[in-house]
Amino acid sequence: MNESSAGRSGFPPAYLDRVGSSFTDFLATAAPDLLPGRRPVPQFPIGDLAPHGTTIVAVTYDGGVLMGGDRRATMGNLISSRDIEKVYPADSYSVIGIAGAAGIAIEMVRLYQVELEHYEKIEGLTMSLDGKANRLAAMIRGNLGAALQGLAVVPLFAGFDLDAAPGAAPGRIFSYDVTGGNYEERGYAAVGSGSLFAKNSLKKTWRNGLPADAAIRTVVEALYDAADDDSATGGPDPVRRLYPIVYRVDAEGAVRLTDAEIAAVADSIVRDRAAADRENMQREA
Amino acid sequence: MTMPYYASPEQLMRDRSEYARKGISRGRSVAVVTYSDGVLFIAENPSSTLHKVGELYDRIGFAAVGRYSEFESLRVAGVRLADVRGYSYNRRDVTGRVIANAYAQTLGEIFTQQTKPFEVELCVAEVGNTPDDDQLFRLTFDGSIVDEPDFVVMGGQAEAVTGHLREHFHAGMGLSDALQVGVRALSAVSPATAGAGNGGPARLTAGQLEVAVLDRRRPKRAFRRIVGSALRTLLGDEQPAPDEREAAETAVHAPSAPEPGTPPGLGDPANPDTAGGTEQTDGAGTDD
Repeated sequence: MNESSAGRSGFPPAYLDRVGSSFTDFLATAAPDLLPGRRPVPQFPIGDLAPHGTTIVAVTYDGGVLMGGDRRATMGNLISSRDIEKVYPADSYSVIGIAGAAGIAIEMVRLYQVELEHYEKIEGLTMSLDGKANRLAAMIRGNLGAALQGLAVVPLFAGFDLDAAPGAAPGRIFSYDVTGGNYEERGYAAVGSGSLFAKNSLKKTWRNGLPADAAIRTVVEALYDAADDDSATGGPDPVRRLYPIVYRVDAEGAVRLTDAEIAAVADSIVRDRAAADRENMQREA
Repeated sequence: MTMPYYASPEQLMRDRSEYARKGISRGRSVAVVTYSDGVLFIAENPSSTLHKVGELYDRIGFAAVGRYSEFESLRVAGVRLADVRGYSYNRRDVTGRVIANAYAQTLGEIFTQQTKPFEVELCVAEVGNTPDDDQLFRLTFDGSIVDEPDFVVMGGQAEAVTGHLREHFHAGMGLSDALQVGVRALSAVSPATAGAGNGGPARLTAGQLEVAVLDRRRPKRAFRRIVGSALRTLLGDEQPAPDEREAAETAVHAPSAPEPGTPPGLGDPANPDTAGGTEQTDGAGTDD
């Protein structure tokens, strides 16, 4: 930030210019160096040098929407982090999960959180859920150059729609592609390297209008299945007591579920799978 | 031969001060009062959309009197400064002092260098972890900045309100007491209650007030508006079990819903929401 330009004279002129309520647009005039996507794009693919986050899943349930992410980040063939957090609250009624280059993704989440809060403070209103989804698409679009050099960021966005028509499902999920394409998903969605396996799992376990506890189980189970087949997705880790991060967004707002709650779900999935496997063994024997 | 027009610097400054002071005293008053859990903003403001009180950052609020267009652009500048600073450093590195200093510099520059000074008076309030850490900065049109204890009154007949508050304010009051004291002080001088002797209302009603708090018990964003039935309940105009839903008429999204059984308008301090802005429902979950 170029604070010295403020000098003795208080706010620089851009600050007093009463145009726009977007923080990103304001930074573009006042401090463009702070924006991701305004930096020189690397000349060579450097994807293997930067930690990448992996699988994120989101499902709707009868009271809103859930989003969960595993805890692994990889750097080429190495595990660079076992306890990275990839799901964040975007504001009180929405959450964002990120797959792709972790450094850029986390910076983008931080900018996005400020963007939503800034709008809310300046306008005195919360942005509509579709507005939030579109703002995120614009941010992803700005990252296309870096994406082509192996630093792609692909988020998953979900929120509780306060303007939902009566009878319509208030929990909504939006997925993105590297070019900033923005697609609303029905029911469930997944992004990241393990998303193929996670979606296959959700296809069998998820139903419309599940109650919250059953829906939490489908999320944890989808991540378990992704970790089963994708080397870049981490499974539940009872040794270090590391479990997926799951957020619930309902009429009360976005809440992170406790580790104890997720641990109980993950343990019961592991128990059920072990029991099923033993039965198969006995039948074969 | 024409004589160059000359006015002494003293005369110029005096004229500008007088101009600004007149503009500010024409409006209605705003009181910023500390209470046991934070800072309370009370503005006499019949408009529910043109706010005189606003949120700058997690623990920092803003109140202003005078010309709306001028203090609104200052409020936006304050939000921008806070957000840019918080984004490029850390949320903890945004302090009321930094923002108040920027306001002081800007107002001072406008006062000395432009023909028309800003007709505004501002208060930047920051809530700390304990009542001793709470800070109230008063900023006047000429860029002077004062760190005030206990309370700040600006605009309208500020002196009369200050006198009234000085008599009845004591440190460590609860929210409801602080609100009563503040509203009585504003009502004593308000033109809206001038007819009290002839059977008119003796006190400003909820509809004539804009009330907000910086509540230190709230995690992260401390600022919260108190509107509708929560405000009427705190003012003692209404019993705390209303069953009409009227705040829903506004299209304003509620960033947070209070937990059932919590004091009206305040929500549960342990509830880790990132809320600010307006209340959605009337009454804290009492109606369902």
